[in-house]
Amino acid sequence: MKALTNINANSLEEAVQAAQRARSQGKSVFYSGGGTDLLQQIKDGTADADVIINLRTVEDGGFIDRGESGTVIGGLITLDQLSEAVLAPGFKVLSEAAASVATPQIRNVATLAGNVTQRPWCWYYRNGFNCYKAGGDQCFSVVGENQQHAIFGGGPSFIVHPSDVAPALVALNASYITTGPDGERTLSADEFFIRPSQDPGRENSLIDDELLASISIPSLPSTAVSTYHKIMDREAWTHAEVSVAAVLELSNNEIQRASIVLGGVATIPWRLSVVEEFLQGRQLDANTAQQAGELAIADAQPLSKNAYKLPMTSAAVERTLLSLIAG
Amino acid sequence: MGDENNKADNESMVQSLDPKQRSRRDFLEGAGTTAVLGAAIPVLGVSTVHAQQGSATASATSTIRLTVNGQSRTVEVGDNWTLAELLRDQLDLTGTKIGCNRSECGACTVIMNGKPVYSCSQLAVWADGAEITTVEGLAQNGQLSPLQQSFVDNNGPQCGFCTPGQLMTATALLANNPSPDSDQVKQALVGNLCRCSNYNAIVEAVVMAGEKQGAVA
Repeated sequence: MKALTNINANSLEEAVQAAQRARSQGKSVFYSGGGTDLLQQIKDGTADADVIINLRTVEDGGFIDRGESGTVIGGLITLDQLSEAVLAPGFKVLSEAAASVATPQIRNVATLAGNVTQRPWCWYYRNGFNCYKAGGDQCFSVVGENQQHAIFGGGPSFIVHPSDVAPALVALNASYITTGPDGERTLSADEFFIRPSQDPGRENSLIDDELLASISIPSLPSTAVSTYHKIMDREAWTHAEVSVAAVLELSNNEIQRASIVLGGVATIPWRLSVVEEFLQGRQLDANTAQQAGELAIADAQPLSKNAYKLPMTSAAVERTLLSLIAG
Repeated sequence: MGDENNKADNESMVQSLDPKQRSRRDFLEGAGTTAVLGAAIPVLGVSTVHAQQGSATASATSTIRLTVNGQSRTVEVGDNWTLAELLRDQLDLTGTKIGCNRSECGACTVIMNGKPVYSCSQLAVWADGAEITTVEGLAQNGQLSPLQQSFVDNNGPQCGFCTPGQLMTATALLANNPSPDSDQVKQALVGNLCRCSNYNAIVEAVVMAGEKQGAVA
């Protein structure tokens, strides 16, 4: 691997200071939680790190604070810990999403914050093409191999947001608490995740040397049920072709409130507002699930080679809702 | 990092990089650059090329202390070394294999603080203070571990390259779940690929090891 310097941070504040110091010396700086993907990008040359700020040494970076109004989870909790954590029943979508990521070896070190902020897995970007995501000024998928690209929210870049955990967090109406040079910020999903039309080079609104410190999830009524359903092109160890994070508040099988967010098909975690409105007040049954599936793709804009994702998305939404019947 | 009391101890245990103790890999790497064994370079694989590039440019170094297979070690590591490189190239624990060198194949799996991790995708410096078990740490007093014996009995290895990684992941599984069923074994081993595709025998070997362990207990 290229020459670099590792700096262990004992706190997030210390990490931010170290990052600012290195940057002021003209160094290229990256934070590292689990570091799995970062090291791969450095080896590949798609991330040019002079300095790595190691966050594994941050004390209690993976805390869980359970309160009346909600739960706050430290960004440095590993996906393994998150999948095993005892959380409210309505948060099942989050533990299932965490458990669906990659492999045990990766989940044992990979962090919540790292999963939410990882760079896209577009094969052009990952193979060194000078695309929007690499600082260039085009998206090669538009006239290229776009089988795995976005059917929602695309343009001018058509990456899909790679995180499994992010759709679950959006479905749970989480807030994103960041720490950076200007102190702490609390952002909504709409403020945190940004579309390529806002800035094609980035997936979120973190500024230089700012990091995702923790996630705050509001409490759910005890009638809430949730689940994460992930469809892959093989049974394990890959990203979602499409995934569905669903949270329903039920009363005698009638849907009081629905939160449905897609992964793997859009440039950001994709909330299906039209489906959510359709579901409100309806009985949760096979008929409702099927209609919701059809509605899910009403606004989809497939590229030349990814229209297969449309029926797949419909089916995924339908199956997810069916799995919550009397669940 | 180390406190004053242990300082003298640490210094005496700093891994010496004595040229006389160079490994076969070091020899081949050196010979490769003189082009005498130029034809051997492709055989060495990508990771070797990276290691050479790394050492050509000066990287920061750090002194870390870790426990490897029960033995406490204090070593000076390059900040750009992976844990796999430290284990193989410096500690001569070449049982840990580097396959893809990008956290996809699992050949480099070691147990770190009780959990299986890809050693190709950890910086060595991140292992400061950690307890590491490699495949060399499984046999005790020349006696294979029950899992290793079960791999032998059930023809777990074909070419054998993925075997150390499979063994480490399965060892961690059995420590938490002494008698897993085949579905649990498959789930635990999804991050360990076998190019010979000998998955059925590998899963069988782990299940049998668990059953045997249960029978003894």
